[in-house]
Amino acid sequence: MPFYVSPEQQMKDKADYARKGIARGRNSVVLQYDEGILFVAPNPSSALHKVSEIYDRIAFAAVGRYNEYENLRVAGVRFADTRGYQYAREDVTARGLANWYAQILGSIFTESNKPYEVEIVVAELGETAAGDQMYRITFDGSVADEHGFVAMGGQADQVAGVLKERYEPGLSMEAALGAAIAALSSQGNGERSQINGSQLEVAVLMRGRAHRAFRRITGARLEELLTVATAGTGKDRAAEPADGSPADNGSAGGGAEGEPPPGDGTAP
Amino acid sequence: MGTDYLGGQFTAACLSVGTSSFADFLARGAPDLLPGARAGKAPAAGPDGLSGAAVQAPGSGQLGPDLPHGTTIIAVEFDSGVIMVGDRRSTAGSMIAQRDIEKVFRSDDFSCVGISGVAGIGLELVRLFQLELEHYEKLEGRTLSLDGKANRLASFVRGNIGGAMQGLVVVPLFAGFDEEAGKGRIFSYDVAGGRYEERKFHAIGSGSVFARGSLKKLYTEGMPTDDAITVCMQALYDAADDDSATGGPDLTRNIYPVVAVITADGFRRLTDEEAATYSQAVVEERLSSPGGPIAPLRQSQQNG
Repeated sequence: MPFYVSPEQQMKDKADYARKGIARGRNSVVLQYDEGILFVAPNPSSALHKVSEIYDRIAFAAVGRYNEYENLRVAGVRFADTRGYQYAREDVTARGLANWYAQILGSIFTESNKPYEVEIVVAELGETAAGDQMYRITFDGSVADEHGFVAMGGQADQVAGVLKERYEPGLSMEAALGAAIAALSSQGNGERSQINGSQLEVAVLMRGRAHRAFRRITGARLEELLTVATAGTGKDRAAEPADGSPADNGSAGGGAEGEPPPGDGTAP
Repeated sequence: MGTDYLGGQFTAACLSVGTSSFADFLARGAPDLLPGARAGKAPAAGPDGLSGAAVQAPGSGQLGPDLPHGTTIIAVEFDSGVIMVGDRRSTAGSMIAQRDIEKVFRSDDFSCVGISGVAGIGLELVRLFQLELEHYEKLEGRTLSLDGKANRLASFVRGNIGGAMQGLVVVPLFAGFDEEAGKGRIFSYDVAGGRYEERKFHAIGSGSVFARGSLKKLYTEGMPTDDAITVCMQALYDAADDDSATGGPDLTRNIYPVVAVITADGFRRLTDEEAATYSQAVVEERLSSPGGPIAPLRQSQQNG
């Protein structure tokens, strides 16, 4: 087929293809709360994760094609572990990893026929909320340094719109989860889909945890959080806050601590 | 090394299909980072001709004795798990190389590893082993079984067999809480990577002979944590008493053995204060009875 296709058209076609692929899946959100960074993704599977640990203080969240982002996740763990082994654990940073992912996705986008249909977020927990870092990397390798919250997926703009209304710095975990659920369930002209614990994948990078900060929130703990979070959501939605006030903060701090991790946390 | 692993070959290896083993990945993606990669090179071919030649020198081959060596490690099963204790001395020949070296490490939430032999090789082995377990856990979403961990360590020890032949011997002691079986287990190794499960207690290193003798007399099955730690401290004192390369509790410098306790709740290393309390109690007793507790002469229920 000796037709000439201009580079502009070629790139546009690839980008459209990738966007369409991503839009077929659900959206996910990543947002900061008072004690760390919260990841929320609608995911009916409890084994095939969309959110994962990369390193001590770094986590990875993705939307799009599972096999492609799983490949990127595995690569990220290998990259981070090699870095940490070659230098020292504190030399593994989200910035380095985000740049590396951007290189990979960028070259796949330009060089191969089929771009990756993925969008990923690499987040690193800082010593304080001001030190937290969140990078959003899209299928073409562009990187954005985000603050506060990030939405991913086909309806990212819409989800981010709701988050923008509800998010404010220093939310409790419950309030942040409430905001995330409100944002994720708002897709499709105000229609709220019922979300329960078994359909949600929730994980946190929690400040104050020694050694490895990543922790999944599942089972009874998740249900308990959801009860508080969605109660707040319902009330807020009924009131329809024009001032963008966050979800019920009355629950702030209550039971936000998980059980202590095993081990004394002496880092190797 | 000087190489920052951002190159194309490394990236390709990262993205390729592979196993969940970090060591296997390094062998493909960054082989020169693997321990032994340099020592194994022929002296002429190695970029670092000096160390290559030194390690490979025939005849004079026994480089080992001049390097810092770690000494005695003890592990003991008790009613709710397993305890590992290591002294704090490393020796280079007849010299004390370090007074506060740590030779017992957390390898993951439910296991620990202690090393004896050439400290430099041993510390690297531990670092790789820790990373291997963590890497597997991150990629697979579950931890290896305790047997799986013990086998993986065996293959790492076997990987150093070339070094061991040249005198760079290192042998680990591995202990952990088996969540399947609900009890603590101990594994010892030989330089060829032989893996042996030990019952009740075991000790490795230069002072191990004395420690094991002491353990044999003091150990009883199903001891509570408190007693088990005390038995370890007694055994370590006995090892330090008779072996010059094993360090006893250093009361003047406040250096006490590293004590790791692993139960169903996970790994816990005693704080320096806690270790000091146990050590000081043992030292106190020995002031009046230097040989330590005396085992009953005729009591058939004692086990051995």
